[in-house]
Amino acid sequence: MSGVRVLVGTRKGAFVLTSDAKRKDWEVSGPHFAGWEIYHVKGSPVDPNRLYASQTSGWFGQQIQRSNDGGKTWEQVGNSFQYEGEVGEHQWYDGSLKPWEFKRVWHLEPSLTDPETVYAGVEDASIFKSSDGGTSWQELPGLRNHGTGPKWQPGAGGMCLHTIILDPVNHSRIFVAISAAGAFRTDDAGETWTPINKGLQSLYIPDPTAEVGHCVHRIAMHPSRPNVLFMQKHWDVLRTDDGGDSWREISGNLPTDFGFVIGVHAHEPETIYVVPIKSDSEHYPMDGKLGVYRSRTGGNEWEALTNGLPQKDCYVNVLRDAMSIDALESCGIYFGTTGGQVYLSSDSGDNWSPIVRDLPAVLSVEVQTLS
Amino acid sequence: MIRVIIPSHLRSLTKIDEEEVLLDIKGDATQRAVLDALEARYPSLLGTLRDQKTKKRRPFLRFFACGEDITHEPADAPLPEAVVKGDEPFLVIAAIAGGRSAS
Repeated sequence: MSGVRVLVGTRKGAFVLTSDAKRKDWEVSGPHFAGWEIYHVKGSPVDPNRLYASQTSGWFGQQIQRSNDGGKTWEQVGNSFQYEGEVGEHQWYDGSLKPWEFKRVWHLEPSLTDPETVYAGVEDASIFKSSDGGTSWQELPGLRNHGTGPKWQPGAGGMCLHTIILDPVNHSRIFVAISAAGAFRTDDAGETWTPINKGLQSLYIPDPTAEVGHCVHRIAMHPSRPNVLFMQKHWDVLRTDDGGDSWREISGNLPTDFGFVIGVHAHEPETIYVVPIKSDSEHYPMDGKLGVYRSRTGGNEWEALTNGLPQKDCYVNVLRDAMSIDALESCGIYFGTTGGQVYLSSDSGDNWSPIVRDLPAVLSVEVQTLS
Repeated sequence: MIRVIIPSHLRSLTKIDEEEVLLDIKGDATQRAVLDALEARYPSLLGTLRDQKTKKRRPFLRFFACGEDITHEPADAPLPEAVVKGDEPFLVIAAIAGGRSAS
């Protein structure tokens, strides 16, 4: 019988929410790794019971946990993330230069073909790869050594590589995004990287159309069209139809185009979702009303989806890794908030209800569609 | 035997319920020797107390003994006699400070 498993990373542990395909009754397990920050948990598309979790702490550093049974039990695997060669320097908040220093893993992206292979996006920004189920990690140093590093700078959350998208057709192609450097693409499985930020405009950097320096918050792709990407930037929502060679703004009638998450409908590649947030200094929805916005036209024309979401006194945020979309016939959209709610719409966004409402602040949400 | 007390977050990695760990140190009992022995007994603690490559102490960790903060004592300095004898524990403390917020 088909069903879903929602992997939730929070400020104080991980939670696993499971339901059958109706998505009405939920079983909640957790907290796993109680008290630790869980930046991200994600399952292998090849073996859904193989999960990887990033467990981290400002005091005790980074751990990677692996499960072979869908999150019932876990084992600690490798946590040594060493940059290759000269670490180089990036900009610090005050404009001075600072050497790269590993802080944490923001995002884990399991391979589309091999459950033992997984990529890690880290702070200070770089990408690592493990081919032995997370036991050992090797940097793909071509990204950090692109040459533009001195122009990369930390966003408010740190200088993190937070988005990794593996091209389902061209297995040598990977997209990543870094706050605040921008989006990059490799076409040779991570050896060399190209900044793909043409068309982005960011008024908070000296040259608003610079090659790098943009605070990209999230990128999403529909697997049937790997050349089409949607981006939620610090401000602005954009799309590319040529694999990142050029971007155009599609913010259209959004009430604010600041935000963190962006997602694509499982069966309609031109249907996309964002959660508009008031501003970069006010990390909460407009007027205390939480709304997901949907475009069925690939951008520009947006409709508010608020049925079941709080429409008064709501001042939560929805962080960049905290939206996910299932592949059931009636497509389910999930997102988590810094107030500890995980909301679900099992009808493509028309109606919403909370699965849980009192977790610690949610950092990430990943849904697995199980057959 | 040297008694070492580690924080609860680390006990969740070592999967022990007891607050206290007993370590038999060969040779001089120093901060470095205690950390080496602790990591050898519990490899799950690698990287949580000190950097795995440089062996530099993680910034928000402190070491207390006999009512004193000995964090900044040289790593190879002898530990207080009372700790060596097991009368007093060697405490690994998580400093009252926080990590950075995610966004």
